[in-house]
Amino acid sequence: MTSAAGQSPPTARDSGLVGCRRCTRVWPIETEVCGRCGHALQSRDPQALQKVWAWWLVGVGCYVPANLYPMLETRTLVDSQDATIVGGAVELALHGNWGIAIVILVASVLIPVGKFLVIAALALGVRYRSGLSERLRHQLHEIVEYIGRWSMIDVFVVAILSSLVQLGTLAAIRPGQASLYFALSVIFTMLSAQAFDSRLIWDTDPAPKPAAPAERSPA
Amino acid sequence: MTHPADRTDLDALIACPRCDALYKVREPAHRERAVCARCHHVLIAPRRGAGAQIVAVALTVVVLVVAATIFPFLEVSVGGATNASSILDAALAFSGSGLFLLLALAVAALIVVIPVTRALLVIYVIAPLVFDRRPLPHASSAFRLSEALRPWSMAEIFAIGCAVALVKVADLATVSLGPAFWMFSVLVVLVVAQDSFLCRYSVWKALEREARPT
Ligand SMILES: [Zn+2]
Ligand SMILES: [Zn+2]
Repeated sequence: MTSAAGQSPPTARDSGLVGCRRCTRVWPIETEVCGRCGHALQSRDPQALQKVWAWWLVGVGCYVPANLYPMLETRTLVDSQDATIVGGAVELALHGNWGIAIVILVASVLIPVGKFLVIAALALGVRYRSGLSERLRHQLHEIVEYIGRWSMIDVFVVAILSSLVQLGTLAAIRPGQASLYFALSVIFTMLSAQAFDSRLIWDTDPAPKPAAPAERSPA
Repeated sequence: MTHPADRTDLDALIACPRCDALYKVREPAHRERAVCARCHHVLIAPRRGAGAQIVAVALTVVVLVVAATIFPFLEVSVGGATNASSILDAALAFSGSGLFLLLALAVAALIVVIPVTRALLVIYVIAPLVFDRRPLPHASSAFRLSEALRPWSMAEIFAIGCAVALVKVADLATVSLGPAFWMFSVLVVLVVAQDSFLCRYSVWKALEREARPT
């Protein structure tokens, strides 16, 4: 493939065109709906960052109660406990299960908080011209979009445990309030990351990069 | 400002959906990939004969998800008491009250409804192309919906969740794996494989070409 615009800046927008983000077909910039796939076309959504922040705020808002309420309510013959995310991890660590405690802390605390920070940094980076390179910010966005879905694993584990451990008086696990807030937080964070238009990262890119995309053989 | 393309040859251009870089299409050879020079997004990755494989995998996914939903996937026992749980049981674990019911529906959608819907949409869109037929009505909308649902199809995440749950219950009770657990494991591999076979550009191109009145 070769760059369409030769030496002039090689983006669709600079060429008076708009690319479909769903099927990559190119149309004149004033086109509103993609004629190939029917997706709504917009060269840049002026409200993209507002949408990102709106979803981001709800996501962070749900993450707070997700940590305050218990995630699981466990009843066994000997005791009953309502564990929050962090509380449960601390409990495991005290019992010597350091490995699982660290996995839980990484999956349920480090990754969600990291996602919030990265999305905020990306949105601010567009607004205030980030010092980080475009390539790096683009990779951060891809990582957040990829990892975002995996946070649902906590909710699924709660669902599996509560349906499985129903052994009458011997042992029973019920989902706690936090599972609901945690699920909502994950979903809203995913929506926030999806609302972020990665093309905005590259719009500040001053010089056109190499004209032809690399051709790669499969690894 | 130059307009490099007039309306007639827009067909031959491709805009990177992630960074807006514009390229003139030169289709890579079988098993090669065209990658955006700026952001490294894979633009085109054609594979000959992928269509039939994708349809076969999608059919298997439908059968597996339906079967895995009915059969138990994990069974615990403590003392004399045992309990087996199917995937529907897991989703419905939340169905206590009000908002939890909503969560139950969401979980059922993420692990059963959306993966099956995606597989059915893919069959609907790609099967006619494999057999050199005209696309079925609304094939473009169907494929667009399937692509939009992609991040929300979480069967593979649920399968890994089973493994985590196993570890957590291990010291509380004896756990045994039901048939559905193995079906779900196969499913995970298939779902991942399907996404890597699918060259979106080739599908859109084929839909566009075949839909044109002759
Ligand atoms: Zn389109
Ligand atoms: Zn790109």
